[in-house]
Amino acid sequence: MTAALVEKKDARTPGTSRGNSTPPPSSHRRTKRERAFDDVPRWQIYLPLGIYLLFTLIPFYWMFLFAVRPAGSTSLVPWPMTGAHFSKVWNERSFAVFFQNSMLVGVATLIATTLVALAGGYALARFNFKIKGAFMLALLCSQFIPGALMLVPLFEIFKNLQMINSLGSVVIAETVFQLPLSIILISGFIKNVPISLEEAAWVDGCSRFKAFRTVVLPLLRPGLIAVGSFAFVHSWNHFLFALMFLSEQDKQTIPVGLNTLIGADSVDLGALAAGGVIAAVPVVIVFAFIQKWLITGFSAGAVKG
Amino acid sequence: MAQSAAVATPPPKGKASKRRSATPRRLPYLLIAPAGLLMLGFIAYPVISVFYYSLQNYNVTKPWRNGFAGFDNFIKIFTEDELFWPSLGFSAQWVIVQVTLQLALGLALALIVNQTFIGRGISRAMVFSPWAVSGVLTSTIWILLYNSSTGFSRYLADAGIGEYGTSVLSDTGTVFWAATVAELWRGVPFFAILILADLQSVSKELYEAASVDGAGRMRQFFHITLPHLRDAIILATLLRGVWEFNNVDLLYTLTGGGPAGETTTLPLYVANTGIEGHDFGYASALTTVAFVILLFCSIVYLRLSKFGGDNK
Repeated sequence: MTAALVEKKDARTPGTSRGNSTPPPSSHRRTKRERAFDDVPRWQIYLPLGIYLLFTLIPFYWMFLFAVRPAGSTSLVPWPMTGAHFSKVWNERSFAVFFQNSMLVGVATLIATTLVALAGGYALARFNFKIKGAFMLALLCSQFIPGALMLVPLFEIFKNLQMINSLGSVVIAETVFQLPLSIILISGFIKNVPISLEEAAWVDGCSRFKAFRTVVLPLLRPGLIAVGSFAFVHSWNHFLFALMFLSEQDKQTIPVGLNTLIGADSVDLGALAAGGVIAAVPVVIVFAFIQKWLITGFSAGAVKG
Repeated sequence: MAQSAAVATPPPKGKASKRRSATPRRLPYLLIAPAGLLMLGFIAYPVISVFYYSLQNYNVTKPWRNGFAGFDNFIKIFTEDELFWPSLGFSAQWVIVQVTLQLALGLALALIVNQTFIGRGISRAMVFSPWAVSGVLTSTIWILLYNSSTGFSRYLADAGIGEYGTSVLSDTGTVFWAATVAELWRGVPFFAILILADLQSVSKELYEAASVDGAGRMRQFFHITLPHLRDAIILATLLRGVWEFNNVDLLYTLTGGGPAGETTTLPLYVANTGIEGHDFGYASALTTVAFVILLFCSIVYLRLSKFGGDNK
């Protein structure tokens, strides 16, 4: 289905991938043009948005409140604050170790996904080859295969590779499940870079690789940041692979750590909230930073009509 | 979208093929090799093994019974298994409610934050932020909110709204909606982001022309915006439906499938059978059934929605 969309995008801007017409208008210019037709009454924007913001933010606030509130307090303002829950979770509940493991998995998945998807995306964007159609089809079909339902065979594979209890197993599994969407997105970004730029570099004597590195790669930066961050956020968050493949506690990641806090006989809400804050902070920061690119990334890479 | 596709000329093929012949033939294959091998090894092979295991008795705790079982597992699913149909029913209910509400709210949210207003950037970042949050973290947050002794309901009760009571998560009458609200909290941004991305590409000239012709905002929405978003909505709905069907993170940690199996989806049932029951053969058979159902529903959905049909 995404194939249809990607093809359509191609048909719509035939010049961009072959380099003989003007580039499509950037989203920035479009945003400016919108202003002229913007006649929606203000209250129709602020009222529903305000309500939705409350729905979004109250849960975050609640977690923050429980994390910094002294045990036994029922105050709704986070004052006086205490760091007791944080130090307890960080030190006694091994969140320092979980945090480090999650970072390792996240960064490794980010690098692996970006590199492999960059190669695959370049092939799809710039070449026609025999199995291109089959490859596209495989990418799309894989979207329908549930990670959760593949746990059993994946577990067997990693057992045979003697990778159970190694973070590598989680990195591989996360990378594989990130790849299809990443390849589709990156090939969309590469198609948006006029091939004439590369051809000009070849004429100047650059190798294909050098032309790619010096001409195309800098233009791909926003897209790569979007895809990479996406991979990071996903692997940071994902729970089942880590739960299944890592049985030793000092190999676990943050979501599994949170789950053990939830599953504890008497749930320590302060500790749980502090663990939640630790889990949320990196991804929410990454997300706030990239959300603008994510929107342009999706519109360029996959769903642009 | 349809108009521009019709106007567009096909890419100049002749020139491209001349250029291609100058590049090494093996290069594209080398480039897709890492992705292809990873997917063969860790997606294709596991899928085939699931089908293979589904025909086996394969239970780690009962190795003496292991071996080829034919269709026994499947027969058991459809004739004896008392948990299969309820879990499938709950899956269907979960997917339909989630996708419908997420689409409606996500569309509304996207239309709002697509307007120009003061504070748009920060509002976007804030309303989209739950999307960065995992199922387990969502559970964590909503467990804190739903907690009966210190949660939100206690403060409402103190203020005279509602009453002190048990947690909404342990009551069979409320658990579905409690879980639904939690999942909506993080699911709506997904639709909002995808729809917003597509809204960026609606031609403003169309609205301009429609205004000149005297079309009101409602008519513009139904005649310009919705048709433009059609394919994105169909695609997002399908992907999200599959995802909501498959995903177990939230329910596994929020309700554990309870109370009384009230929130056990089919994949959650599979996970329990495979991971906790160690019955890999039966879990694989359940997986196969789930996969076939999902595939069937996806195909029917794509057929009914005539996805991309008017663009070919």
